[in-house]
Amino acid sequence: MNEAVRVRELTRHFGQFVAVDQVSFDVAPGEIFGFLGPNGAGKTTTIKMLTGLLSPTSGTALVAGYDVTQHPDEVKLNLGYMSQLFSLYPDLTVEENIQLFAGLYGVTGGRFAERRDWVLGMAGLTEHRRRSTGELSLGWKQRLALGCAVLHEPPLLFLDEPTSGVDPVSRRSFWDLIYQFAEAGTTVFVSTHYMEEAEYCYRLALMNRGRLIALDRPAALKETLRQPLLELRTDDPPKALEALRGAPGVVEAAMFGRALHVLVQDEHRALRELPQALAARGRSCEALQAVAPSLEDVFVALVRREGGTLDR
Amino acid sequence: MSLPRLWAVARKEIVQLRRDARSLYLAFILPLILLVLFAYAITYDIRNIEMAVLDHSLTSESRSLVDAFESSGYFTVVTHLTRYDEADAVLGGGHARLVLVIGPSFALDLAARRRTPVQLLLDGADANSATIAQNYAEAIVAGYSADILLEGRQLQIPAAAESRVWFNETLESRNMIVPGLVAVIMSIIAAMLTALTIAREWERGTMEQLAATPVHRLEVVLGKLVPYAGIGLFDVALAATVAVVLFGVPLRGNLLLLVLLTLLFLIGALGLGIFISAAVKSQLLATQVALMSTFLPALLLSGFIFSIATMPFVLRAISYIVPARYYVTVTRGIFLKGVGVDVLWADATAMVIFAAAGLSLAMGVFKKEIA
Repeated sequence: MNEAVRVRELTRHFGQFVAVDQVSFDVAPGEIFGFLGPNGAGKTTTIKMLTGLLSPTSGTALVAGYDVTQHPDEVKLNLGYMSQLFSLYPDLTVEENIQLFAGLYGVTGGRFAERRDWVLGMAGLTEHRRRSTGELSLGWKQRLALGCAVLHEPPLLFLDEPTSGVDPVSRRSFWDLIYQFAEAGTTVFVSTHYMEEAEYCYRLALMNRGRLIALDRPAALKETLRQPLLELRTDDPPKALEALRGAPGVVEAAMFGRALHVLVQDEHRALRELPQALAARGRSCEALQAVAPSLEDVFVALVRREGGTLDR
Repeated sequence: MSLPRLWAVARKEIVQLRRDARSLYLAFILPLILLVLFAYAITYDIRNIEMAVLDHSLTSESRSLVDAFESSGYFTVVTHLTRYDEADAVLGGGHARLVLVIGPSFALDLAARRRTPVQLLLDGADANSATIAQNYAEAIVAGYSADILLEGRQLQIPAAAESRVWFNETLESRNMIVPGLVAVIMSIIAAMLTALTIAREWERGTMEQLAATPVHRLEVVLGKLVPYAGIGLFDVALAATVAVVLFGVPLRGNLLLLVLLTLLFLIGALGLGIFISAAVKSQLLATQVALMSTFLPALLLSGFIFSIATMPFVLRAISYIVPARYYVTVTRGIFLKGVGVDVLWADATAMVIFAAAGLSLAMGVFKKEIA
C-alpha cells in the first residue's frame, strides 16, 4: 500500500447540484491531512464517500488500498469515523457506548477490556464510565466519540469538523490527541473551517464549491501569495472596505477579524497612497502596516482567483 | 452475518428500551389496557334490557310470563303501563327498549288451548340491539309456551329444528372477540414499537455512526427485531393468560403452534414498522403512519368485527393483504376450535410470506445507507 487514500476524479451529484466536482488527491500514510473550506464546499460529502456512507456518482477512491464502492467492508474495518455532529447514543452510559462499538468492530474478549480501559483513560472518562453520555460536556462527548472511532485501532482516522462548537481549550487538547495518533502511525484525515486548526496539518487541501482549489503544506500555500499584504485598522471596516474596492494599486481587500487585509501591487506605494485615498472618500486610517499572510488570506485570494465569491 | 455484531445491536436496543418510559408503556401497559377495554366495550351480548309491561290480563298466567322475562337475566322490567298509548312515550323517551303487551283474553285463551299471541313492541332505532332483544324475547315466549304445553300433558310438540352451536357453545361473543382482539392489538403494538426505533436513530444522527461501522443491514434489522419479537411473544402470552383467566376464553389448540405462528406474524409486523420508520425518518410521522396502516385495516378488514365473506368484492380483495386477517383466523382457530396445521396451513403460508415481505421491506429501505 503506497497511499493511505487515493482519490481520482471523485464526483458526487445531488440532482442538478454538483457537491463534489472531479476531485483528485493522495494522502500519505501517517500524515495529518487537512480539508479546509467554507460550509457547503463539499468537505463532508467527500468524507462520506471515502468512509462508504455515500456512493460516488463517478470517479474512484481507494482507502487503505480498498476501493470504497467494491470493498466497503474492508474499508470500514480500516477506518475510524467521527461525524460532524455528536452521534453516540445519549441514553447509553459511556461504557455501554464503548461496548456497542467494540461489538460492531469485532473487538472482543481480553482485547475489549484492554481497549475499553485505554479509551476511558484517553478521554479522561474513567471516573464517569457509568454516567449517561447525554449528560457529558461537549468536549468530553467528542473525546468519547473519538475513542469509539478508534476502538479497533484503525490505520486511518476520518474526522469531520471534530471540534465545531467546542471551546478553544478543549479544541487544543483534542488536537494534542490527533498528534498522538499521527505519531503512533495513524493517518488522520480531518476537515475544518477553523483557519488556525488548518495550520496544524501537514498538508492542506482547500475546497470551494465542490472543487479542490489548492493542495500543499500550509507554509508553501502562504508562499503562493506573491503580492504584498497590508493590514488596515479603521473605525468602520465595512465602509472602508467599500472605499478600497477599485482604489489604485489595490488587488483585493477583505475583512479579517476587526481589521481589513488588503492585497496590493506595490507595498511602498500603497503605504504612501492608501491613507490619502481613504481620506478622499471620507474614511479614516488608524494604522496601516505590512503583515505576513495567514492561511485565510491565501484562501480568500485563491477563491477570488478562481473567479468565485466567498459566500460565508 | 456476524452474531456478535447482531448481539451488540440487540443488547443496545434492550438497554435503550429499558430506559425509555414511552416504549415500556407501549410494550407492556398499552396492550393490556387495550385488551381489557375492548373486551368489555365490544360485546354483542345484551343484558338487562329495559322493558315495560302492558298487562291487560292481570292473571297468574300473565304474571308468570313476565316473571319468565325477568328471571332470564336479559330483561329488567322498569315500568308497568295501563294504556296502550303510553307505550309510545316509553319507547320514544328511551325509558324502555321493549314493551310486552299481553291481551285481556290471555289466560282464557291459554285455558281453551287456543293460539295465544302476545305483542312485542321494539325500539328499532338501534337495529342491532332490537334484533337481539327480539330474539331473546321470542325465545322466552317459546320456552313459556313449551312449559304450558308440557303441563297440559299435551305432547303434540311440533317438529322443531334443534340447533347446537359448536366451538362457542354459549355463543358468548367475548369468546370470539378476545382471541381476535389479541391479533388486532399485536398488529398495532408491533408496528408502533419498531416505528420509533429507527426514526430515533435518524433524528439523533446515530444511524450515520452505525453505518460507518462494518455492521450489515441484516444485523441491524435483526438486532432491532429480536428484542421486540421477545416483547411481542411476552405480550401474547400475557394476553392469552388474561383471556383464559379473566374472560374464561377456552384455549383448546396447540400452544406451540400458537407461539410459532405468532412469531411469524411478529416478524412481519415488526419488519413493517422498521420499514415505515426508516422510510419517513421522523418518530412522530412514523408513529402516525404505523398506527394508520395497521389499526384500521386490522380492526375493519381482518374479519375481527365484520365477516369478510359478506364484504363487497373490493374490500374482500384488500383483506388478503391485511396480515391481521390471517392472524385473527389463527388465534380464533387455536383458541376456540383447537385446530392444527392441517386446517391453518393456508393462513400459516400467508404469514410466512408476510414475514418474508416485512423483512425484505425493512432490509431494502436501508440499501442506500448500509451495505
